[in-house]
Amino acid sequence: MSGYRLSDGGLTDRGTTLRFSFDGTAMSGHSGDTIASALLANGVRIVGRSFKYHRPRGLWGAWVEDPNGIVDVAWNGRTTPNLRATTEPLINGQEVRSVNAAPTAAGDRWRKLDLVSRFLPAGFYYKTFMWPRWERYEPRIRALAGLGRLDPGHEPAADCAQVNARCDLLVVGAGPAGLAAARAAAARGETVLLVDDQDAPGGALRWRGGTIAGSDWRDWAEDAVSTIKAAGGRVLFRTTAYGVYDHGLVCAWRRREAGPDQLWRIRPGRTLLAAGAIERPLTFADNDRPGVMSADAALRYLRLYAVVAGRRIAVATNNDAAYPVAAALAQAGADVSVLDSRDDSLAMAECALAVERNTLPSAALGQEDLTGVLAGDLRLEADTLLVSGGWTPTIHLWRHAGGGLRYDERLAAFLPEGGMPAMRVAGAANGAFGLAAALADGHAAGGDDGPAPPVGEGHASYAIRPAWPDPAGSGRAWIDQQSDVTVKDVALAAREGFRSVEHLKRYTTLGMATDQGKTSNMAGLAAMASITGRAIPEVGTTTFRPPYVPVPLPVIAGRRRGQLFNPPKRLELEGRHREAVAGLREYGGWLRPSWYGADGAAAIDAEARAARRAVGLLDASPLGKIEVIGPDAAALLDFECYNRVSTLKVGRARYVLMLTEAGIVYDDGVVMRLAEDRFIVSCSSAHVAGVRMRLEEWRQDRFDPARVFIHDATAHWATIAATGPKSRDLLEATLPALPRQALDLAHMAVTETALDDAPLRIARVSFTGERSYELSVPQSAAAALWDRLTAGLATLGGCRLGLEALLILRAEKGYPIIGKDTDGLTMPHDLGMTGPMKKREDEFAGRRALFTPQARGADRRQLVGLAVDESAEPLPTGAHGYAPSGGRRRSIGYVTSSYLSPELGRPIALALIENGRERLGERIPLVHLDATFEAMVTSPVAYDPAGMRLDA
Amino acid sequence: MQLFPCPFCGLREETEFHFAAEAGKARPEPAGQVSDDGWAKYLYFQDSPKGRSREIWVHLACGEFFVMTRDTVTHEVTGSEALSGRSR
Amino acid sequence: MIRRYSAWALLREGLRDHRGWQEAWRKAEPAARYDAVVIGGGGHGLATAYYLAKNHGITRVAVLEKGWIGGGNTGRNTTVVRSNYFFPESVALYDFALRLYEGLSRELNYNIMLSQRGMLIIAHSDMEMEIAARIVNAMRLSGADAELLGADEARARVPLLNDGPEARFPVHGGIWQGRAGVARHDAVAWGYARAASGLGVDIVENCEITDFLVEDGSCVGVATTRGTIRADTVGLAVAGHSSVLAAKAGFQLPVHAYALQAFVSEPVKPMLDTVVLSLGTGTYVSQSDKGELVIGGGLDRVPSYGQRGNPPMQEQVLSGLLEMLPAVGQLKLMRHWAGIVDVVPDSSPLLGPSPLPGLYLNCGWGTGGFKAIPAGGWLLAHLMATGEHHDISRPFDLDRFATGRLIDEAAGAGIAH
Repeated sequence: MSGYRLSDGGLTDRGTTLRFSFDGTAMSGHSGDTIASALLANGVRIVGRSFKYHRPRGLWGAWVEDPNGIVDVAWNGRTTPNLRATTEPLINGQEVRSVNAAPTAAGDRWRKLDLVSRFLPAGFYYKTFMWPRWERYEPRIRALAGLGRLDPGHEPAADCAQVNARCDLLVVGAGPAGLAAARAAAARGETVLLVDDQDAPGGALRWRGGTIAGSDWRDWAEDAVSTIKAAGGRVLFRTTAYGVYDHGLVCAWRRREAGPDQLWRIRPGRTLLAAGAIERPLTFADNDRPGVMSADAALRYLRLYAVVAGRRIAVATNNDAAYPVAAALAQAGADVSVLDSRDDSLAMAECALAVERNTLPSAALGQEDLTGVLAGDLRLEADTLLVSGGWTPTIHLWRHAGGGLRYDERLAAFLPEGGMPAMRVAGAANGAFGLAAALADGHAAGGDDGPAPPVGEGHASYAIRPAWPDPAGSGRAWIDQQSDVTVKDVALAAREGFRSVEHLKRYTTLGMATDQGKTSNMAGLAAMASITGRAIPEVGTTTFRPPYVPVPLPVIAGRRRGQLFNPPKRLELEGRHREAVAGLREYGGWLRPSWYGADGAAAIDAEARAARRAVGLLDASPLGKIEVIGPDAAALLDFECYNRVSTLKVGRARYVLMLTEAGIVYDDGVVMRLAEDRFIVSCSSAHVAGVRMRLEEWRQDRFDPARVFIHDATAHWATIAATGPKSRDLLEATLPALPRQALDLAHMAVTETALDDAPLRIARVSFTGERSYELSVPQSAAAALWDRLTAGLATLGGCRLGLEALLILRAEKGYPIIGKDTDGLTMPHDLGMTGPMKKREDEFAGRRALFTPQARGADRRQLVGLAVDESAEPLPTGAHGYAPSGGRRRSIGYVTSSYLSPELGRPIALALIENGRERLGERIPLVHLDATFEAMVTSPVAYDPAGMRLDA
Repeated sequence: MQLFPCPFCGLREETEFHFAAEAGKARPEPAGQVSDDGWAKYLYFQDSPKGRSREIWVHLACGEFFVMTRDTVTHEVTGSEALSGRSR
Repeated sequence: MIRRYSAWALLREGLRDHRGWQEAWRKAEPAARYDAVVIGGGGHGLATAYYLAKNHGITRVAVLEKGWIGGGNTGRNTTVVRSNYFFPESVALYDFALRLYEGLSRELNYNIMLSQRGMLIIAHSDMEMEIAARIVNAMRLSGADAELLGADEARARVPLLNDGPEARFPVHGGIWQGRAGVARHDAVAWGYARAASGLGVDIVENCEITDFLVEDGSCVGVATTRGTIRADTVGLAVAGHSSVLAAKAGFQLPVHAYALQAFVSEPVKPMLDTVVLSLGTGTYVSQSDKGELVIGGGLDRVPSYGQRGNPPMQEQVLSGLLEMLPAVGQLKLMRHWAGIVDVVPDSSPLLGPSPLPGLYLNCGWGTGGFKAIPAGGWLLAHLMATGEHHDISRPFDLDRFATGRLIDEAAGAGIAH
């Protein structure tokens, strides 16, 4: 317990006190704190436990790079797991719990697990737990793994907006390089979008400070932001550009205090990546002890939150960037000493503190908490050890975009290599370390050839001397703190042949934790390089995959939820149906009445009877109404349809099938000829878009597009079908103005007329086998027509007809529903429609495939009816017919539709049965789950086989 | 999110488009005289090139089919042209 | 002789700092000739080499891998194994694979962490329940385990399912296969590699095929970036790159390459016990032993060899996930990536002789290659060793496109897999 807050300084609002708890202990912080800074200020050392060995974990970083500060946060009655303490703002009333620890991080009951860690090296699980089977061991291991806990009662809303944005220049990172670039571009009149994941501009200037253009950096930064805005640009804080995708799209996650997070989809003309660099750890024994921290992070905690990481602080570094940290902490009152791997440097020379040269820590001392540092023979007492192993440029987005890398020996880092037309990198991300260099690099990247703003003294030197993991070092030295990967694990991977960097990652899980290896990947591949005697660039890097930081799933999912997830299509008459207490369900993408009334089963029965005895009224509006117009319309439809269309007379309609080029029945429908050069394809409601696109494809591929035109008017017209022996009476009674010849239409005839000045199309098409009229009117006239027709139902003993009753009625007639009573193998002859394939000599879609060996085979599944005893239950739909085959049962097809027929008073069924038409009269066994049945193969037509009812 | 150039509507997001086929394949006719193998080749076999690819796409919003040339690795689009009348 | 893995070996090595472990597989230099060469060091290729040696006694075998083994789709998938298919031919194939998986850890002496936690396919309407029944009955007739679950049973297996009044896709029930589950994908590649290497197989990484050697119209070997290698028989198991190599061999395949994305969330404590797929959203998900959600969905819309994800499908798959399991909205996406899959018009694999004599195919697995690895290897080994089909592979021959005898699962079952 050694972190504390100074009595003044920092950027938090000391006027507000926020109460929170950590692992049940009450604490407080200020507005402006992160959870991490508040924990540190309250003296918390152990913030969690490592994933595998349950080692104690303290804060290592101060931002997204931190591997350890992962917490579950309950607030307002809801818990959100796996929040990052270092980036999560402190809110009054938060209950913060450590993850992977119970009951508390400090008192974790699994902490002894580390004692057996020698038996649990990388990939140990591949070598054991095989007898008798993995599942014997898995539940315990599974329970031990995972980080936070999901709150089953917390269902976050789908309220994250997706914002599309364009700009001339997107600048990622509002540090010195990003600000300079954005400022220069804006000054040249470009529209700049500047995004940064912190809540204020400045980047590292915010804790490292500096003088730019002769005054405090804040003045310059403020001026830069004003310049951007004045030129029409925007600056977004708390916004993380997390991925670059094809065609230059940049996705960014924006956090907002006042509302839900947003996903920004940005299409920039150019992108400048100025995301800075991340400090690397040093690798020595027990370097994962709480109290070992990134030097830069300690400075950040000091400057932004006035929190000092410890009282007796050792700073260990291999570069100059840690010296300002040491100085600042000493000034804040800590007892600071410095260990440096180098013999001399500019910063070392200027340093007023004691510096141990040519020395780096060999071990951290202490058990659950740091007590000292061992550096060779030197033993230092310390409660805190700040380390800097150098800096790793943040070039993730550059890599997402496909940019190359080169290894720079002088900077001991991978840097962007080569150019890309739409992206470049500047500042520390580009290896331009130090304020002056970063500023100059950004300034030039922003398009300004002139001199960059001058900076004050003291930011120039870096002078890194690489200090990579030492494979020969004693003890256990951590590379990946969250995943518990040590140098020994890397050595083991190398020994076992997992030397490719991708194998290393997968075998040891290095870099696969929630921090995504931001601090561990470089050390890992440097260790592998050293162990295998290769240079670092020979080992290479793993793929940089988006997202740069874990992004909440709702941000990506957006508002697609509930009714906004594949919205169902709605009927114009939905309100009317609801008034009539319709049960609405989805059929073929449309929300349609299943039945009318509270009791579904009774309603279906009554509706089906009414349609057979009197009249049923069906909202058939989703039926396709694709107009095919022009001198070549008939020829196009001849090609599209299995049945010839050109021989159809004007005013007549024909039932057709449409086939894929593989000969499979794609859809069925009715084609109506309204004029020599004008047809309507009334395909099934689920297939309208597909049929329209097929027609377009053939039209544009093999016809003269100037001679045939396709217009899908499905959504423009409502269709109401009156079906039943009294359908004519209904029309006569409710539509007295209807011309007589419309009532007298023959079956499969069609005519156009008008009703109340609205066009009306009437077709005698039947899906029930009863006399039927399909009345189509523009949607604007639908309600009036529906009202008039429904008004006449009661007198005639008719009723509204839902889809479920219709399904029964058509099944009684053996009319198949394509996709239900057919499958993706059904050809027209399997439905008994052999005429066109025998007679037609001309080309049509799918014809050739009807003559393959398979299509002509003797074992085709054909549509038949199945009859069971009158008293039996209907066969289960989905039951399979079978034949004995070598002691087993072989499927010979299955039941596609099955109902109790109200009219016939017995079960009926349709089925696709192998060689079914030759089995007529045969009794076949069927099986559904554990039950067996027997049924007789019949014609699919169970009702009115002679078709007498059509004109009844 | 890729952007594809419809020759009629200009740049649009990829979700508005549907891939139809590789370009350059003519339907062999009279189909009745094509062998089973020949028909299978027409119907199912293709190059699936890695790199430059000429493809037929349809812009679902306007219903027009067109030829797009693009790279199947980098996803760079290098050409987009309307079908010139019939393909045969 | 390879040293066995066991708890005792771990203890012993633990006491001496694990210095005694050997290379999991030998890093072989390619020889000039082999009895058999397998192109592709993914699961299928490595399994093929293993079964060539084990089942057929052919040990002069090389596996040629252009990068690092298991680096293609074997290491990029969502690790699901299952045999919930409609056609008897498919069940025969995938259930054979599942049966081999069931004994694989002990056979290979490598824990592939097969976890048969079951798979639930959720049906959202009466009509989908009818299709579910059709599939369940078909699976049972073909000898695979399957149950038809009602709504309550489905909810009991996945308590977090969205079933409120706002749910776009209500839960009516589903298809349950208890033997389905997940396995550790990398371990399958490594386990086969180690076992094959132990039987004498050469595993050659960083060795890319530049051409095929053809004499008298037959394939007699390959030219590679590491020299020419002759072989009596050559097998091709390169998944998404099958068309590229077919072009080098001078033929086309009924294959199109697409990107298939996968997603991983941050880890949480156990909250999902099974693999679950929603027919309404097309998203499926399981929870790994580490606690991450492993999420998948449909193919990207655009044919591609780019091994990277694309936002439109991310939005679709992840919104589908949250529609299915709204509480999961508490989690963050940690990684996403894509593999290149070889999609065949009937979505069934291609197993058998290629148009070039001496070269045999194992490809076309599309989105489902991982679950088939043991069977794919076994059957390709059989083809290469005997020149003849195994009964299980016969229906998957390339000739089915000419005969019209396609094995279209989506078409037969009414469900896209």
